[in-house]
Amino acid sequence: MASTAQSIVDGTTVTRVEHASAFGACGALLRRDFVLAWRRRGELFLPLLYAVIVAALFPFALGPDPALLARIAGGVLLVIVVLAMLPALESMFRADLEDGTLEQWLLAPQPLALLALTRVIAHWLTTVLPLIVVMPLLGALLNLPVKVLPVLIVALLLATPLLVLLGSVLSALAAGARRSGILMALMLLPLAVPVVIFAAGAIAAAQSGMPFIAPLSWLAAALVLAIVLAPLACATALRIAVEA
Amino acid sequence: MAISPASRAPLLSAHRLAFSRNDEPVFGPLDFSLGRGETLLIEGDNGSGKTTLLRVLAGMLPPGEGEIRFDNEPASRDNRNGCVLWLGHRTGMNESLSARENLEFLAGLYGTRQGASAASAMERVGVVGWLDEPLRTLSAGQKKRVGLARLLLLPGDVWLLDEPYANLDRHGIELVNALIAEHCADGGAALVTSHGAVRFADPRARHIHLVA
Repeated sequence: MASTAQSIVDGTTVTRVEHASAFGACGALLRRDFVLAWRRRGELFLPLLYAVIVAALFPFALGPDPALLARIAGGVLLVIVVLAMLPALESMFRADLEDGTLEQWLLAPQPLALLALTRVIAHWLTTVLPLIVVMPLLGALLNLPVKVLPVLIVALLLATPLLVLLGSVLSALAAGARRSGILMALMLLPLAVPVVIFAAGAIAAAQSGMPFIAPLSWLAAALVLAIVLAPLACATALRIAVEA
Repeated sequence: MAISPASRAPLLSAHRLAFSRNDEPVFGPLDFSLGRGETLLIEGDNGSGKTTLLRVLAGMLPPGEGEIRFDNEPASRDNRNGCVLWLGHRTGMNESLSARENLEFLAGLYGTRQGASAASAMERVGVVGWLDEPLRTLSAGQKKRVGLARLLLLPGDVWLLDEPYANLDRHGIELVNALIAEHCADGGAALVTSHGAVRFADPRARHIHLVA
């Protein structure tokens, strides 16, 4: 996917450069992030382990009451996923700022917002998707009703990209700050609350046999809005991070 | 060879360019222009603002006062990006990836020069056996050479090189000088900072002295 550009030197037109297309640039970034994720796969395994351990400990802490577990399972799983995502969000741009890769992003003939969106997609696929994949197992540990599981998974498929998009803006803002973990958590909390409320609303509705499409539609609408706006805000925040 | 007006217009020029940090002047006001085939050497002691000047020219810092022009147009992201290659103190490359992976990623962002490849660029800078080793296993000088390979691989008329001689041995310094000379002969231009300890190859290159 490379187009050929022409530049004028000494009055004659000479073909000199194969410019990268935006599509090709996104592909290159995705490939790079996947390779890096594979090299650090031990680290990526930790959130997954955390989620499994918490879900396994809950029944022991609450006592063997299947009815109680079935009632709270949806909400507990939602909170487990949000908490398991949080540590990785903080370092979304940290390494790239420190080794100067962001400087190269800024000067590349590509829209910075598009690169930021690509990073969000790569981050979601490598750190969040595995958590959603093990949901059936975690649901079984917590006695989640089988009819609720699909709703929980759809709610997570909508809510987690939204959280990663919001987190990307905060992560870019906090990238230059030392020990930004606490800052990140405090800033993300008010943004995460509405997302959790709508996702939990859909799960609760499904559990009591009521229509659950409305809260899911709200999540989907917010996700669409965030896909458009968050990368632009993230790009601006990245420029500020490189300036500092 | 007749030179058309288009090629005589400076690639990059600065007018009354100055930068202050917290009301402390860092450099300037400076006036200079850089045409195709020209090299500008920016000299000064540590802390005299060489890197800051380069970052302002690269658009990574907003100019405090004055104007920067690319191809006779006021500098903007549109006319700067894709025209400038930046080699800074930070390598701009991930330590867990190999030189080849890093170079191929950057080529994906910037495009490639015609006929260039990661392997040929690495061979030219003399790090040929280390193409697939993680970057963190390379020495500081070798990493610098991988950075130089980037200049050979990626397209860009204006090279902004911040201390390209740092960490390099005698052959490495000669290599930098040769690369700059070839780039200028090819119609490019380069801005190079140095603290003045190395001999610069091109005797015709103009100098800017920054005073702290």
